[in-house]
Amino acid sequence: MTSSAFPLKKEKKSIGRFLLDELKPRGKWLTPFNIISIPVMLVGAAIIVIRFINGIGAVSNVTQDIPWGVWKGFNVITGVAFAGGAYILTFVVYVLKVDKFHSIVRVTVLNGFLAYVFYAGALVLDLGKPWNIFNPIIGNNFGANSVLFLVAWHFLLYIVAQAIEFSPAVAEWLNARRAHKILSGLTLGAVIFGITLSTLHQSGLGALFLMAKEKIHPLWYSEFIPLLFLMSSVFAGLSMVIFEGSISERVFADQITSENKKQRKDIILILSRICAFSMFVYLFMQILVFAHGHRWAYINTPMGYWFLLEMLGFVVVPMLLFLLSFKRANIRWAKVAAVLTIVGIILNRLNVSIIAFRWDAAVHYVPSWMEIVVAVSIVFVEIWIFRWVINRMPVLRESPSWANNKHA
Amino acid sequence: MSIDRRNFFKVLGVTGAGLALGKQAQAEPAGEEVTEFKAILYDSTRCVGCQSCEFSCAEVHNLPEPEDFPEVGVLRKTNEKRRTVVNAYDTSKGEVYVKRQCMHCNQPACGAACLTQAMLKTKEGPVIWRENKCMGCRYCMISCPFDVPKFEYNSPNPKITKCNMCFERQQEGQLPACVENCPAEALMFGTRRELIAEARRRIVENPDAYYPHIYGENEAGGTSFLYLSPVPFEEIGFRTNIQNASYPALTKGFLYSVPAVFVLVPSVLLGIHKATKSNLDKNSNHD
Ligand code: SF4
Ligand code: SF4
Repeated sequence: MTSSAFPLKKEKKSIGRFLLDELKPRGKWLTPFNIISIPVMLVGAAIIVIRFINGIGAVSNVTQDIPWGVWKGFNVITGVAFAGGAYILTFVVYVLKVDKFHSIVRVTVLNGFLAYVFYAGALVLDLGKPWNIFNPIIGNNFGANSVLFLVAWHFLLYIVAQAIEFSPAVAEWLNARRAHKILSGLTLGAVIFGITLSTLHQSGLGALFLMAKEKIHPLWYSEFIPLLFLMSSVFAGLSMVIFEGSISERVFADQITSENKKQRKDIILILSRICAFSMFVYLFMQILVFAHGHRWAYINTPMGYWFLLEMLGFVVVPMLLFLLSFKRANIRWAKVAAVLTIVGIILNRLNVSIIAFRWDAAVHYVPSWMEIVVAVSIVFVEIWIFRWVINRMPVLRESPSWANNKHA
Repeated sequence: MSIDRRNFFKVLGVTGAGLALGKQAQAEPAGEEVTEFKAILYDSTRCVGCQSCEFSCAEVHNLPEPEDFPEVGVLRKTNEKRRTVVNAYDTSKGEVYVKRQCMHCNQPACGAACLTQAMLKTKEGPVIWRENKCMGCRYCMISCPFDVPKFEYNSPNPKITKCNMCFERQQEGQLPACVENCPAEALMFGTRRELIAEARRRIVENPDAYYPHIYGENEAGGTSFLYLSPVPFEEIGFRTNIQNASYPALTKGFLYSVPAVFVLVPSVLLGIHKATKSNLDKNSNHD
């Protein structure tokens, strides 16, 4: 233990070369994903340069009436909902100590961490004066009665919490045993802090729109947006876990032990049940809000049909499919339901932040192709880094034997 | 009163953030002097639609002169290059002109939204924007119920633009440019209280000429720009679904709950953690 505790210090050269080696790509280059993602990311980078030279208007279609476009509505507001899996799973694994989920908690935390880092990046892209972002951080005038202020701070702190939660994997990768011990000791604190922050900023993202009372179509606006956002982040996050898991399972098949593979089916079935249950609660809340807000009057309009599509097609249907998958112990249905749920969450978040926002404006916002390319590039870069980490650190694969990870 | 409430939110918010930071939980000194808000009363029965306000506004703020003019059926809007516009409406009492600009809310949504206090309700009354604080997030635009703040989308160093009631001029003891240059005395500057009394007087003395409502007395929790009109306000393009409570009050419940969540959630989580731990220990076969 002693000799390799801090290889960073003792064997500087070799660790330098080790890092360099690790930076090199591994595996085949011409995969379909690379062929699609590389050009998109290059174009995205060029668009970002244009954006900083000529202003946001040069690449984006946002208007004076609808000032937040897909970068905020999709990358930030929707993306964070999908990253909700991390706080739910850390709760299940570290607080409730359900061991079964241990094999997927790391990958979920990694996903959440990367999502937050990149969505914070998207936020910066969308800021008119990003160099002033330090004002609210260093306390150069705290706008502390601002919901956005709270959300921004919670984002930042949550990134730190997730970094701590994930850090044992980095320590295992570097074979830094003593650091591993210390960092593992921090996990529980980080988890509790992280869950608290998550409940606040998941709901906070909804609370951002509370003041836009007349500006959001009454079918989507209610004083309960924060609670609805919080509740839906549960099944949004878990659906993402199921979806991501079913892809990783194939792409990184070599890393998953056969024991874990067997467990996965079980895990998905339990997740399906949690999803179905949280969707049921969510629907119930929506129905209360609907009745409370006397929303019948709006149903027989185009916006009303759109609302029904979101609620029936992308909440009720996937909820039933989740139930079905659980009843039949068939995970195929769960995967379909997860995809439907993901679409539904995208719809919901975009509805609140963009589509139903000033739905009555004379000129409506439709994203430009450049905005979409940037939005997609951000996701692609995230996936690249995700893949890089998975291929190197013990995330899906088993930890080295010296690291006793159960019940950190 | 408005200031008190704002401070109250501040305290709440800082406690939330402060708990998060683990330090820093002091509120700002609550000793702000309560001065009376300055305001502007606009009487559309007097307005002749000459655009003098628009021209003088453009001049003092170095903006391009207006090139179009009020026309019935055309909705001119403020934008990043003009902070005030006059529109013409065909109403039940003939053609009526209406000047629009920022309402200078008593408790502005934009100010509560702004996370750097770049958007600030001054104690004098005007709501101003401060370039060196703003990070360009446009949350003020999302929140303003009157869609007032505009953004220079085509600049690499963009500004938020809106009427600031000529705050710099007021500091030097001058009138807002539009008030000073209105030939028809449609605009009047004073303390908000004086102007509400004046508006009431006009309505009482000439009930036939006015629709008996002062727009801005209660809308959005009260504004420092007040309107008189000969016809109901929806006829001259005002949103009538504006609530009378202040907009920042809508986030009150959420902000209230933040400190509570910070105390409750971690203790509950720790409690559960302890409980599950002892359970596991009892039938211990792990590790
Ligand atoms: S009208 Fe809008 S921009 Fe003006 S003070 Fe009120 S909220 Fe702020
Ligand atoms: S755009 Fe500027 S003024 Fe508006 S809320 Fe953001 S930081 Fe404040």
